[in-house]
Amino acid sequence: MIQQRYVRDNKDQGRRILYASLIAGGFFFLLLTRLWYLQVVDSERLVELSEINRLRFVPVAASRGAILDRNGKILVGNTPSFSVAVVPQEVKDKDALLASLAGYLGQNLAELGQRWEKGKGRAKYYPIVIASGISRDQLEFLQENQLRLPGIDIEMKPIRQYPNGTLAAHLLGYLGEISEQELDQEQFSEYNSGDYVGKSGLERSWERFLHGVDGGRQIEVDARGRYLRTLNETRPTVGNSMVLTIDIDLQKAAEKAFGDRAGAAVVMDVNTGEVLAFASNPGFDPALFTGRLDPEIWKSYLEDKRHPLENKALKGQYPPGSTFKIITALAGLEHGLIDDKTTVVCRGFYEVGRDKFNCWEKKGHGVVDLKRALRESCDVYFYQLGERLGVDRIAEMSRKFGLGEVAGIGLDNEKPGLIPTTAWKEKKYGKKWYRGETLPVSIGQGYTLLTPIQLASMTAAVATDGVMYRPHLVKRIVDPDGKVLKEFTPEQVKRLDIKPASYRLIKEGLLAVVNEPRGTGAAARLYEVKVAGKTGTSQVVKLRDGKREVAYQYRDHALFVAFAPFDKPEVAVSVVIEHGEHGGAAAAPVAGAILRAYFEKKGVIRKPVTRDPEGEYEESPELEQEEGRQQ
Amino acid sequence: MIDRRLFTNFDWVFFGLVLLLVGVGIMNIYSASASYRVTGLPFHLKQLSWLAAGLVLMVVVCSIDYHIFEDLSYWFYGAVLFMLILVMLVGRTSMGATRWLDLGFMNIQPSEPMKIVIVMTLARYFSRFPVQDGLGLRDMVYPLLMVTIPALLIMKQPDLGTAVLVLLVSGSVMLFVGIRWRVIVTGLLALVPVVYLGWHHYLRDYQKNRILNFLNPERDPLGSGYHLIQSTIAVGSGGVLGKGYLKGTQTQLRFLPEQHTDFAFSVFAEEWGLVGSLVLLIIYLFLVLWGLQIAGRCNDRFGRLLAVGVTAMLCWHIVINIGMVIGLFPVVGVPLPFLSYGGTSLITSMTGVAILLNVSMRRFMF
Repeated sequence: MIQQRYVRDNKDQGRRILYASLIAGGFFFLLLTRLWYLQVVDSERLVELSEINRLRFVPVAASRGAILDRNGKILVGNTPSFSVAVVPQEVKDKDALLASLAGYLGQNLAELGQRWEKGKGRAKYYPIVIASGISRDQLEFLQENQLRLPGIDIEMKPIRQYPNGTLAAHLLGYLGEISEQELDQEQFSEYNSGDYVGKSGLERSWERFLHGVDGGRQIEVDARGRYLRTLNETRPTVGNSMVLTIDIDLQKAAEKAFGDRAGAAVVMDVNTGEVLAFASNPGFDPALFTGRLDPEIWKSYLEDKRHPLENKALKGQYPPGSTFKIITALAGLEHGLIDDKTTVVCRGFYEVGRDKFNCWEKKGHGVVDLKRALRESCDVYFYQLGERLGVDRIAEMSRKFGLGEVAGIGLDNEKPGLIPTTAWKEKKYGKKWYRGETLPVSIGQGYTLLTPIQLASMTAAVATDGVMYRPHLVKRIVDPDGKVLKEFTPEQVKRLDIKPASYRLIKEGLLAVVNEPRGTGAAARLYEVKVAGKTGTSQVVKLRDGKREVAYQYRDHALFVAFAPFDKPEVAVSVVIEHGEHGGAAAAPVAGAILRAYFEKKGVIRKPVTRDPEGEYEESPELEQEEGRQQ
Repeated sequence: MIDRRLFTNFDWVFFGLVLLLVGVGIMNIYSASASYRVTGLPFHLKQLSWLAAGLVLMVVVCSIDYHIFEDLSYWFYGAVLFMLILVMLVGRTSMGATRWLDLGFMNIQPSEPMKIVIVMTLARYFSRFPVQDGLGLRDMVYPLLMVTIPALLIMKQPDLGTAVLVLLVSGSVMLFVGIRWRVIVTGLLALVPVVYLGWHHYLRDYQKNRILNFLNPERDPLGSGYHLIQSTIAVGSGGVLGKGYLKGTQTQLRFLPEQHTDFAFSVFAEEWGLVGSLVLLIIYLFLVLWGLQIAGRCNDRFGRLLAVGVTAMLCWHIVINIGMVIGLFPVVGVPLPFLSYGGTSLITSMTGVAILLNVSMRRFMF
C-alpha cells in the first residue's frame, strides 16, 4: 500500500540532481565574477565616487488639510513655523555656538544643551532641532548672522493655525508628536518619529484623510556639507481638507451662551442629521499643544474642576433627568397605559411599599394629565406610569431612539450611554431588579445615562415623528485639487414605528413646557418662533435637604432639549450644564440663545438693535441683505 | 511517539548554517539601520524576535511528517489562492500596492506562502504522474494553470518580484521533472509575444522604468536608476577587504532607502569587501547544494520534488537579490533570505528550511 503510494523512482535522479547543482553553481559563478569586477577591477573608480558622493536627502513636511465650516469658513488652517537646527559635522565649537544661540533666542543654555545631547546619536550630517517655533524677528536676525554661526540650519515646516482661538477646540482636537505606541501600530506604519499626528477630536479620527504625504529634496552639498544645489525634488502632497456640517456662527453663539459654566450643547438639523454646533465648555487653546506645552498651563487645565480638556459633547454621559420623561411617556402611550385623558393625583410624593419617592414639587401638583405632567415636569405622574410599564418596556422604547448605543457621529471614543434593563442588572451585578428601582429610571435618574448627542438625536426624532437621521459632523472631504473624495449625504437610519397620535401628544406637552404659564422651560421661549422643549435636572448625589450651599461637584446637572419651529421642525438642541442645578433656570436660557442665533442667522428673527452687554452696537450683514431682498 | 531516528537524522550542520546566516543578517541590519531614527524596538531586535517566531514554526513544521503535506497540498493551494483573491477584493493598500489581508490583529501577505504552496502542489501533482521521456505540452496544461493563476493575481497587486519568483520556482520544478526539448523551444518562442503584450499592456510604468533603468542606469540617475548606481558604488567601494563594520560611508550616510531590507547585501559588501562577500556566497551556495543533496537522498518522488522546489526558491531569491544589488538584474523587490530585514521574508525562508530538514530527517523512514 505504502509502496504504491509513495512512488519510488531512483533511476537517473542522481544525474538530475547533478545538473541542478551545476546550474545553481553557474549562477553563483556569475555573481562572483560581477563581484570580482566591482570590488577588484572597478573598485578604485567606485571608491572615488563614494568619496565625492555628496547627495543628501532632506525631507519636506506636508501641510495637513484644512478644516472648514459648512460655509467654507476656516476653522483650522496652517501657518509656517521656523525652527533652528544644528548639523553636528559642521560645528567646530559646540559650546560657543550653543551659547550664542541661547543669547540670540533668549533661551536657557542648559535646555539647548540637552536637546543637542538627545539628538547626537544619529548620523553626523543629520540636523538636530535645537529650538522650534522661533519668531519672525529671531528668524531674520539668525539669517543675517548665519555666517557667524557655522553649522546652523533653519527649517520651515507648516503648523496648525487656529484663526478662532479656542472655538470648537474639542471638536477639532489638537496635534502632538507621534508616540512610541502609535509608531508600532499598523495605521502609522509610514510615519517617522517626530511627526505630528492628531491626538484628539477630528484631527485624530480623520488623521488618514487630513495628513499629507511628505516630500523631499535630493540635494548636493560640498565637502563641508553645505548646500550647493537641488537635484531632484518630490513635492509634498497637502492633505485633504474637510468641510464640516458645523456652522461657525452657531458654534460661536453656543459657546458664548455657556459663559464660564461647564457643559455641552449639540445642535442638529432634524431633517438631515447634520450637526450644526458641537460645543463643550470650557474650551482650551489647541495652539498651545503644537509646540511644547507649558507645564503651568497643562497643570491649570488638569486642576480645573470644570475639566476643560474633556469633550463633554462626545464623552459626557449624564443622567438625563426629566428630559427622559419623553421616552417614558411615549412608552406609556404606545402600550396603551395612558392617553391624553389619564390623570394622576400628585400629593408631592409617591409610595411603593415602604419607600417614598418625592416629586420635585413638594406641595404636589394636584390632578395631573399628560400635558400638565410634561409641562410642569410632575415626577409622580411618571413614577406611576413607570411602575406600570416596568423597566424593560422603558428600555425597549429607549432602544428605538438609539439610546444606549453609539450613534456613529464620526469621532473616536464616542460613548454609548447606559439604558438599564433587568437582564443588564442581572449580568452586571448578579442581582434581581427591584420594582422600586424602576421609579427613578422613569424620570431619567438611577442607572440611566445619555450623551448630549443622544439627547439631541432623540429630540430630533420626536420632532420629525420618528424619521431618524444619523448625526454626522463631516459634510465632505476634498482633495488638494478640489476634487470631492467623499460626500456624506443624510443617512436615514430608521423610521420608528410609533403612532402619529403619540408624537402629537408629546409634542403638545413640549410646546406647553416652553410657552404656557407654569411651564418649566419658559426661559427658552422665542416670540417669533414656536419652540418646544423639555427641562431636566439630574441628581449627581442624593441630598437630604436643598437648603445648604452645596459644593460645586455635588450640584445637580441642568439639562434642556428643544426643537423648533414647532409646526415645521428644522433644528433640535440639547444642552447640558454640569452642576447648573436647574434645567429651567440654567439650561433653558442657553438653548434659547442658541435657537435665537439660529433663527437670527436665517433672518426669521430680526437681530435686536439693542445694546450688547459689552456696549458694542452691531448688526449682522446677513440681516441687511435679507431686508434688502424684501424691499 | 517521535521516532528516535528522527532526532539522530536531524541535519544539524544545515540548521547551524542557517542560524549563522541569520546571525550575520542581524549584525548587518544593526549596521544598516545604525543611522536611522527609530523609536520603539530597533530593527535588529525586531528581527531577533522574528527569528524566535521562525524557530517555533520550524519545530512545528519539522514535527509533521512531510508526507502529510502531500495529502494536504491541494487544500493548502486552494486556501492560499482564495486568500489571494480576497486580497484583490478586500486587501489592504499601502504605498500603491494591495498585498495584504487585514486580520484585525495582524496583516498577512498571502503571496509569500504561495511560494512554498506552489512547490507542494506541483510536487504532489507530478508525484503521481508517470513521465516517460519528459513532459509533453499536453502534460503541462494543468500544472501551468496552477502556476499562472496565482502568478497573475500576484502581478496584479502589483508585486512583480514575487510573481517572477513563483514562475521561476515552478519552472525549476518542471524542468527537474523533465520537459521535452521540443516543448522548451516552443515555450521560448511563445515567450516573445507574451513579453511584447506584457510590456505594452500589463506592466506598470514604474516597473517598465526599473527594467529600462537597469539596461541604462544613467537614464534617470536620481529616479529609479538611483538605487542601481548607489548600490553599485557601495559594493564596489568596499574593495577587497571592505571598509569595516559600521564604517561603510554609503551605508551610514543612507544613500539607499531600502538598505536594511532588499539592499542588505550592499551594506554587507561595502563593509566586508570581496572577502566577506565571497564567504557569504560560499555559504549560500553550500546551502543550495546541500538542499539538492537532501533531494537526491530522498527516496520518494514527492519528497524529492518538494526538496528541489524549496531549494530552487531559496536559490532564486539569493541569485536575483544579489544580482539586483550588484547590477546584474533589474531592481525587483526580492529579499535576500536570512539577511534582509523583515518578518515575512524570514518566516518564508525558515519554513523552506524546515521543509528541507523534514525531508532530510525522514529519508530512512521506508
